[in-house]
Amino acid sequence: MLDALQFEFMRNALFAGLLASIICGVIGTLIVVNRLVFLSGGIAHSAYGGIGLASFLGWPYMLGATLFAFASAMLMAAISIKAKERSDTLIGVMWSVGMAMGIILLDLTPGYNVDLMSYLFGSILSVPRSELLFMTFLGVGILLLTSYYYRDLLAMSYDAEFAQVRGVPVRGLYFLLIGMVAVTVVIVVQIVGLILVIALLTVPPYISEKYTRSLLQMMLVSSLLGMLFITGGLWCSYTYDLTSGATIILISGCGFMLSLLLDKLLSLKRKIQWRRAHAL
Amino acid sequence: MTASMINSANITDATSTPAPIIEIADLCYTKEGQDILHDINLTVYAGDFVSIIGPNGGGKTTLLKLILGLIKPSKGQILINQKSPDHHFATVGYVPQHVNHNISFPATALDVVLMGAYSPENRFQFRLPPEKKQAALAILDKLGVGDVAERKIVALSGGQRQRVLIARAMVSSPQLLVLDEPTASIDTKGQSEFYELLKELNKELTIVMVSHDLLIVSNYAKSIVCLNKKMHYHQSFKSSGDLLKAFYSCSVEEICPVAVVTQSHLARPTSGAKNA
Repeated sequence: MLDALQFEFMRNALFAGLLASIICGVIGTLIVVNRLVFLSGGIAHSAYGGIGLASFLGWPYMLGATLFAFASAMLMAAISIKAKERSDTLIGVMWSVGMAMGIILLDLTPGYNVDLMSYLFGSILSVPRSELLFMTFLGVGILLLTSYYYRDLLAMSYDAEFAQVRGVPVRGLYFLLIGMVAVTVVIVVQIVGLILVIALLTVPPYISEKYTRSLLQMMLVSSLLGMLFITGGLWCSYTYDLTSGATIILISGCGFMLSLLLDKLLSLKRKIQWRRAHAL
Repeated sequence: MTASMINSANITDATSTPAPIIEIADLCYTKEGQDILHDINLTVYAGDFVSIIGPNGGGKTTLLKLILGLIKPSKGQILINQKSPDHHFATVGYVPQHVNHNISFPATALDVVLMGAYSPENRFQFRLPPEKKQAALAILDKLGVGDVAERKIVALSGGQRQRVLIARAMVSSPQLLVLDEPTASIDTKGQSEFYELLKELNKELTIVMVSHDLLIVSNYAKSIVCLNKKMHYHQSFKSSGDLLKAFYSCSVEEICPVAVVTQSHLARPTSGAKNA
């Protein structure tokens, strides 16, 4: 791994990966405890419309994707805050329509087109410096907002109705959260691609939820796990010449299996202790 | 039951003129053209223990939500301590119906209680002021769950979780406690313990509670509100017979017989309905 770091693209990839793990750890935790996984998937796919729009209008890729994802996220938030039970259908519609729009707009764009495969599987090895700067900027923004509203987000995530009674600005906060999810999704899609974005947002929080005692701890542990998965995945993809995004997710998948195994072992240990205590 | 009645009379004597804590005037609530609540007039005075009963779809939870300020009335007004419900954050403590929702959430019992001590000044602070933590621990102790304060909520029993949710509502020292079918997920023994606890708490604060359990209502509540779109208010009732009459009159489509209301006037009024 160390000799790989002599290449600038590897250093950029590693930096982008570590940045993404921190953001994913924080926002992924909020996604998991607020049950927004499906909505995040919807945002990620409809953001493809933004890619199409950006290349059609000749805008920078990140700007188009961010704006489009943000706009569709606000629409989804408005829908889901009103009718929570029925929101999944509408998100499903936006999910596919956004994606279709992106493909049509790319068809209509003359000349060289953005490679669909790089959007689907990510292009962490070709993250340019300018986008790295943009990502850092967005990441710092997300971290500042989350720390400022930490108590509000905590109360809302546990029990939104009670939080509202206590004076937490739940409506505004919900839109803020979905907006942050949109920005995060755009960042993470760069790293692991559209298909795998949900894995990186949900696997580390899922594992850490069982072993942590507070939202803050869950965010920290998720970030560390994300760093482990991304660094490990990058190393594997460099050593064995594999697609980086898919390798990162496979490593996360292994982590997920290991955590399930650990759970089993722990419950087995408790069972054995019980048997010993009862002299069986 | 008679003992509790005498008790309540004593309390009202001591405080002489109790102040109205909830004032509802000509309140209507409609949703998608359907009347959920119609012409509600109700005044609840400090120190009362009001139980709201009525059939499913009668608007019990809706009335609670209006009192909590979670929804706005379509017509009429509602005042909590002479203020509109969205300004009474500290005055009202809320205990929801579902104890088991979001059960795997990464938080300890103490964390959950501290959510009730929320205030915007604590933003950007990961550590809360120690006096808030102490207050939260004191309330957990008072409710008999101080020993599990550091446990994750997933490791608590239903009854313990219920008490934690009450502690969460109490930590802001409210004057009014609002509970929505609070014992739906507790066993019988836990329930009677729970209502004894509420009776204790009622010495210091006003309680408004939705409950289906008539036995509970007759043993612990000081007055009942029947809701079936319209409202019928029964001040301190005298016997279980009165209570049953009141309940059945609410269960049927027809409105409450006036006779029940007049009978209840035998008891010393701790609160009254406007234009009832």
